[in-house]
Amino acid sequence: MLRYSLRRLLGAIPTLLLLIAISFFMIRAAPGGPFSAERQLLPEIQANLNAAYHLDEPLYAQFGRYLWGLVHFDFGPSFQYRDYTVTELIETGFPVSLRLGGAAMLLALLIGTFAGCIAALKQNRALDHGVMAVSMTGISIPNFVMAPLLILVFAVYLHWLPAGGLGDASNLVLPVISLALPQIAYLARLTRGSMIEVLRSNFIRTARAQGLPTSQIVLRHALKPALLPVVSFLGPATAAVITGSVVVEQIFGVPGLGRFFVTGALNRDYTLVMGVVVFYGVLIIAFNFLVDLAYAWLDPKVKLG
Amino acid sequence: MSAAAFDADLVAGRSLWADAWGALKRNRAATLSAWIIGALAVLVIVGPWLCAYAYDFIDYANASTGPSLATKHYFGTDTLGRDLLVRTLYGGRISLLIGVVSTAVSLVIGVSYGAIAGYFGGRVDALMMRAVDILYALPFMFFVILLMVFFGRHLVLIFVAIGAINWLDMARIVRGQTLSLKRREFVEAAEAQGVGAFAIIRRHIVPNLLGVVAVYVTLTIPSVILVESFLSFIGLGVQEPMTSWGALVHDGSVTLESAPWMLIFPAAFLAVTLFCFNFVGDGMRDALDPKDR
Repeated sequence: MLRYSLRRLLGAIPTLLLLIAISFFMIRAAPGGPFSAERQLLPEIQANLNAAYHLDEPLYAQFGRYLWGLVHFDFGPSFQYRDYTVTELIETGFPVSLRLGGAAMLLALLIGTFAGCIAALKQNRALDHGVMAVSMTGISIPNFVMAPLLILVFAVYLHWLPAGGLGDASNLVLPVISLALPQIAYLARLTRGSMIEVLRSNFIRTARAQGLPTSQIVLRHALKPALLPVVSFLGPATAAVITGSVVVEQIFGVPGLGRFFVTGALNRDYTLVMGVVVFYGVLIIAFNFLVDLAYAWLDPKVKLG
Repeated sequence: MSAAAFDADLVAGRSLWADAWGALKRNRAATLSAWIIGALAVLVIVGPWLCAYAYDFIDYANASTGPSLATKHYFGTDTLGRDLLVRTLYGGRISLLIGVVSTAVSLVIGVSYGAIAGYFGGRVDALMMRAVDILYALPFMFFVILLMVFFGRHLVLIFVAIGAINWLDMARIVRGQTLSLKRREFVEAAEAQGVGAFAIIRRHIVPNLLGVVAVYVTLTIPSVILVESFLSFIGLGVQEPMTSWGALVHDGSVTLESAPWMLIFPAAFLAVTLFCFNFVGDGMRDALDPKDR
C-alpha cells in the first residue's frame, strides 16, 4: 500500500507540471498583457510595473519563479484585485465553493445510490422505468439550464426560496440541487447497472437459497460490491461538480472560486486564473488518488503494485 | 486480392449491423428519439428560411413581447426585439453543427490514436496511454475557457477546442478493441501477406471498430453540444448576432423574471435534443453490446 501510494504520488508530479506549464505558457502566449487593456501608460511606468511583477525577465525565469512560489503556496499577486494576493482570494472563495460542492456531492451520493438500488431491485417494473426516465432527464438537462428553471419556479413564482446570494442554508438549497441533479442521475444509472449484475451472481443466489430476507441480502452482501463502480466514478464526478460550480455560482451569485475564475478570465487577471486552475487541478489529481486508494482498499480483487 | 478481403469484411460487418439494427428498431424509445432528432435537424436547417423574420432583424415595436400569433413572433421576442423562434432555430443550427463537427474532430483523433496505440502495443502503447492518463487528470474545461478568452472566439476554434478535449475516452475504447482485434486471423493473414502496419489499421482494424465507435459517437454528440452550450452560457461561445442554444439560455436566464419565454423555448429545444441523443446512444449500446446493459 505504501509503495503504491509513493509511486502514485511520484506519478502525479509530471501531471502537475504539465498542468502548470500548459496554463502558464498558454496565458503568456496570449495577445495582450495584464496592463495593456487599461489606459496608455508612460513607457517608464510600464517598465516599472513590468519590473515590479517580474514581467521583464525571460519566460523560463518567470516560470521558475512561479514554480518556486507555488512550492511555498504563493500564487502571486492578483492583477485585478489590487490589494489581494491570489492566495488570499482562494482562501476567501474556496470555503464557499467547498460547502456548495460538498453538499452537492453528499446529496448526489445518498439519493443517487438509493434510487439506483431501488431501480435494480424492481428491474423492468414501472418504478425502474420511472427512475431511469427521471435520471435520463437529469443527465440531459445541463445544470445551467436547470438552475434558472429552478429559480423561475421556486423563487419567482412560488417565493419559497431565495434566488441567490449567500446567507443561511436556504440560500444554498437551489444551487446545491442544480449542481447535484446531473450527478444524482449518473450515480443512479451506475448503481442500477452494477447492482443488477451483482444480484445475478452466485453468492447472492446462495444467500437467497438460505432464505435471507431481501433487505439483508442487499445491505449485507450486495451493496458493497455494487458500489465499487460508484467509488471509481467519484473522481470524474468531483471534476464535474467543480466545473459545474463555475456556472452555478455565477447564476446564483455565490462568491466562490468558480466565479473568480470566470471574472478573472474575462478581466485577464492572469495570476488569479492560473491560481484557480492550478488549485483545482491539484484538488482533482489528489482526489483521484484518494479514490484509487479507496477502490483498492474496498475491492479484494484489485492488487496494488 | 485486397478487394476480396475487403468484401469479406463488409459481409461480416453487415450481419452485425443487421442484428443491431433489429435490436435498435425494437427499442421504441430509441426509435422515437431518432425520429425526433431527424425532425429537429430538418426543422433547424429549413426552418429559418420559412420564418417571418430574419435571425438578426430587430423589431423595435415589439421588443420583449411574449409569444403571440398577431405579431407573428410565435415564441415572442428578445430584449432587442429579435424573433425568438427564428433565433432558436438558428441557434439549433449552430449547436447541432458544433455537435457534429467537434465529434468528427474527436473521432478522427481518438480513433487514430487508439488504433495506433493498440496495434503497435508494447512500449509505444505504454507511452501513448500514459500520456492519455496524464491528460485525463487535467481540468480541460478550464483550458478551453482560457483558449476562448485569450485567442478570441472563432467558430473554428470552438470546433477544434471542444473536439480536442473529447477524444480521450474514444482513444481508450478504440485501443481496447484494437488489442483484441489484432489477434484475429484476418489481421494475421494480412500480416503474413506483408501488408504494412498502417494499411492494416486502415483497412482491417478501423472498419471493425465501427460498431463501438458508432455507439460512442452518438453519446459524444450530446456531450459536445453540452460543452458548447456551457461555453456560450458563460459568454465565451459563438458571438452576436449569431447564437446557439447555450447563448439563448443565458440571455433567457438573465431576463427570466420579466420574459420567461426567452428561457423556456431554447431550454426546451436544448433539453429535448440532448435527451434524444442520449436515448439513441443508449439504445445503440444495448443493441451492439448486449453485455453492457
